[in-house]
Amino acid sequence: MDWGAILETIFRGLIGEQFVYFGLAAIGLNLHFGFTGLLNFGQAAFMAAGAYGLAIIVTTLAPRINDDEGMFQLNIGEGWMFVIGVFFGVIVFPIVLALLMGIPTLRLRADYLAIVTIAVAEIIRITMRSPRWDWFTGASDGLSGFSRTFYDLSPFDPGGRYFFNLFIGNQFFLVLVGWAVLAVSALICWLIIRSPWGRVLKAIREDEDAARALGKNAYSYKMQALILGGIFGAIGGMLRAIGFSLAQPDNFITDVTFFVWVALILGGAGKVLAPLVGAGILYAVLNGTDAFLREAVANDVISDELLSGTQVGQVRFMLMGLLLALLAAFRPQGIFGNKEEMALDDR
Amino acid sequence: MWLVLLIGVLASVLGLGASSPVAAQDDGDDGDDTAEAAESIGGQLRTRTAEGEDVFAEGVTMIVFDADGNEVGSAVSDAEGRWRVALPGPGVYDVQLDVATLPEEVPLRDEGRDRLEGIDVRAGAAQNTLFPLGEAIESSDNTIRFLQLTVDGIKLGLIIAMCSIGLSLIYGTTGLTNFAHGEMVTFGAITAFIVHVVYPGRIFGIPGTNSLVFAALVTIVLAGALGWALNEFVWKRLRNRGASLIAALVVSIGMAIFIRYIYLFQFEGRARFYRDYQIQEQWDLGIIRLAPKDLFIIAFSTTVLIGVGLALQKTRAGKAMRAVADNRDLAESSGIDVESVIKWVWIAGSALAATGGVLFGLTENINWEMGFRLLLLMFAGVTLGGLGTAYGALFGSLIVGIFIQLIAYPSWFPSDMKNVGALGMLVIILLVRPQGLLGRKERIG
Repeated sequence: MDWGAILETIFRGLIGEQFVYFGLAAIGLNLHFGFTGLLNFGQAAFMAAGAYGLAIIVTTLAPRINDDEGMFQLNIGEGWMFVIGVFFGVIVFPIVLALLMGIPTLRLRADYLAIVTIAVAEIIRITMRSPRWDWFTGASDGLSGFSRTFYDLSPFDPGGRYFFNLFIGNQFFLVLVGWAVLAVSALICWLIIRSPWGRVLKAIREDEDAARALGKNAYSYKMQALILGGIFGAIGGMLRAIGFSLAQPDNFITDVTFFVWVALILGGAGKVLAPLVGAGILYAVLNGTDAFLREAVANDVISDELLSGTQVGQVRFMLMGLLLALLAAFRPQGIFGNKEEMALDDR
Repeated sequence: MWLVLLIGVLASVLGLGASSPVAAQDDGDDGDDTAEAAESIGGQLRTRTAEGEDVFAEGVTMIVFDADGNEVGSAVSDAEGRWRVALPGPGVYDVQLDVATLPEEVPLRDEGRDRLEGIDVRAGAAQNTLFPLGEAIESSDNTIRFLQLTVDGIKLGLIIAMCSIGLSLIYGTTGLTNFAHGEMVTFGAITAFIVHVVYPGRIFGIPGTNSLVFAALVTIVLAGALGWALNEFVWKRLRNRGASLIAALVVSIGMAIFIRYIYLFQFEGRARFYRDYQIQEQWDLGIIRLAPKDLFIIAFSTTVLIGVGLALQKTRAGKAMRAVADNRDLAESSGIDVESVIKWVWIAGSALAATGGVLFGLTENINWEMGFRLLLLMFAGVTLGGLGTAYGALFGSLIVGIFIQLIAYPSWFPSDMKNVGALGMLVIILLVRPQGLLGRKERIG
C-alpha cells in the first residue's frame, strides 16, 4: 500500500481541480438554495451550459464562420473566438437556461421547481447526446479542441511539476485560475449578501409572502438569483470542460448536481465560505476513499471477487448518496450552518 | 441509524443474489432417467420483407455454450434458415449467433442481441429460439402505424400508471416527494430476475417455481415488505423527528442514488432479459401486430388498475387513503388511523411499483437505471394528472405513455428524443395548468 500516494490524492482533492469546479458550482447553488431558498436540482445543466457555450462557439462555429470558402468569412481570430465562447458560456447560455427553468416554476412551490430542474437538466443532456445534432454538439462523443487558447496563456512549463509536485504545468495553470475565480466569486457572494438586494433574497427565503407584502417582486428577485447562481455554476462547468479538454454530455448527468448538493450541505447552506469548505472536504473524502480502495485492490488487500477495478469507481457515487441522505436526515445545517437560520426547511 | 441498517440489509439481499455468476445449472439429479431423450436447441432464421415475402438467412454459424461458458456444439443454418444443435442433456444454455456470417441483407434487428442467455432446456425438449432479423417492419400505411404506436403507448402508459400510483399517494398522504420511488421499480425488475434467472427452479424444488409468474409473485411480496420497512424504519422516524419535507426530499434523493449504485455495483451496467417470454413471434391481429406478452401486459395492468380504482372507491381502506390524501388533519379528527393508512399506502404503492418494474423489464430490458429513467416519466404523469390525487396519476400516466410513443409518429422525429418530448410536456403543463388536469388549484400553494 502506497500511503504517500493516497495522502497526495487526498490533498489534491482538498484543493485541486474538483475542488475548484464543484466549489464554484456550489457557490452558485448557495445563492439559489442557501440564500433564496430555490430547490435547484439542475445545477449540472448550468455547468453543461458553461462547457457547451465555450465548446460550441470555438469548436463548432469558429471553423464555419471563418471559412474562406463558406458563407461567412468573418476571420475572427482564435483568441477572440475564445473570448466570445467564454461570454456565451458564462452569460448567454445560463441566462437562457435560467429563463427556461424559472418561468414555469418560480411561481410554484419548492418541490415543483425540484422536479422541473431535474427534468430540464435531463432534456439538455439527452438533446446533447442525440446523433441528430452531431455536427453541432458532437453527440455522445462531445466536443473537444476548444481549450488550446486557454493553455497557450499558461506561463508554466507543460512538462514541469508544480506546487509540491502535485500538478503538471497546464493543470497548475488551470487550478491557479480556478483559485482566483473562486476567491473573486466568494467575495462577490459576500458583497451581494450584505447588499440590500441580498437582504431581499434572504427575506424571500424566510417568508415569501412577507417580502411580497413589502412590495418586493419576489418572482423577479428569484429569477435574478437563479441567473446569477447559474452563472457561477456555468463558470465551474466551463473550467471542468477545459480541464478535461472535452465537453461531453455524460459528464453532466443528474448525479453531478448531487455532488454539488453534498458539497453545499456539508459546508452549511447559507454561509458564504461553506461551499468551498464543503467541496474541499467532499473531494478529499471521495478521492481518498477511491485511492485507498484502488491501492487495496491492486495489492490484493481486498480480493477481486469482493471488489473489482470498475466497481471502485461506483463506490464514490454510493458514498455521495449515503452522505446526502445522512446529512439531510441528521445534520441538515452542515458543519458551519446555524440550525435556526438554515436547516433545509420548508419555504 | 435505522437508515444505514436498512440499506445494509437491502445491499446484502441484493449481494446474495448477484454475487454468484448469472448461471445456474441443475446438478443433473433429474437427468438420469431421461438420458436417452435427445435434447437440442434450434430455430429458424428468417425475416419478412415489407412486401410480405419470407427471406431466410443461410450459412449462419450458431454456437451453443453451456452454463460454464464451454462450447457444446455449433451448427450452420440451411437454405431455409433452419439450424439445430444436439445437447448433452437438459440444463441452461446460451446461444451465440456469429454476426460475421450473417448475410448482409438480413442484419440483426437489435444490434447486440446476438446472444441469448439462460435458455432453459428441459429433459427431452427440442427447444426453439428466435433471433429477430431484418428491419422491424414499418408499415407504409400511416393509419396502421398510428394505431400500432397508440397501442404501444397505452402499454407504456399503463406501466407508468402502475408505478406512479404509489408515488402520488405517498405524496398525498405524507407530503413526501419520493425520489427513491424509481428504485422500487428497479428493485422489482431485478428481484424477479434474480429469482427467475439466477436461481431458476431451485426454490424448494416445487414445480412451477422457475416461471416468471412465480418470480413476480415473490417480488411483489418482497417489495411490499420493503415498502413497509422503509416507512417503518426511515420515513416514520423522520416524520416523528419533525424533519421538514425538504429535508425528507433530499434524504430520498440520497437514498435513491445510493441504492441505484448498489444495483450497478452488483448487477453491472449491461441490460438483461428474463428467460421466459423473451422473444415471441408477434400475433397478427388483423390491423396491428402484437406479441402475446404485450397483450398480456395490457390486459393484466388494466385489470390491476381497475382493481386499484375500485379498492380506492369502494373499500374502507381505500376511502381512508383518499381521505388522508385529501386532508390529513380532517381525516385524523374523524377517527382515521393516519399512520396505519400511510403504512398501507407504502406497502401497496411499493408492491405496485415493483410489479410495474417486472412488466417494464419484460417489455424492454432490465438494467440498473431503468427506475430512474421511469421516475421522470412518472413525475410527468403525476404532475399532468395532479400531484397527490390517485386518479390523476392514472390518467396523467396514460397520457404521458401515449404521448411518448406518438411523438415518434412523424418520421423526422429522432426516436432517442422521445423522453425529451414527455419531459418537455411536463414543463409546459406547469406553465399552463400547474395543478394538473384533475388537481385543485389550492394544492400548488
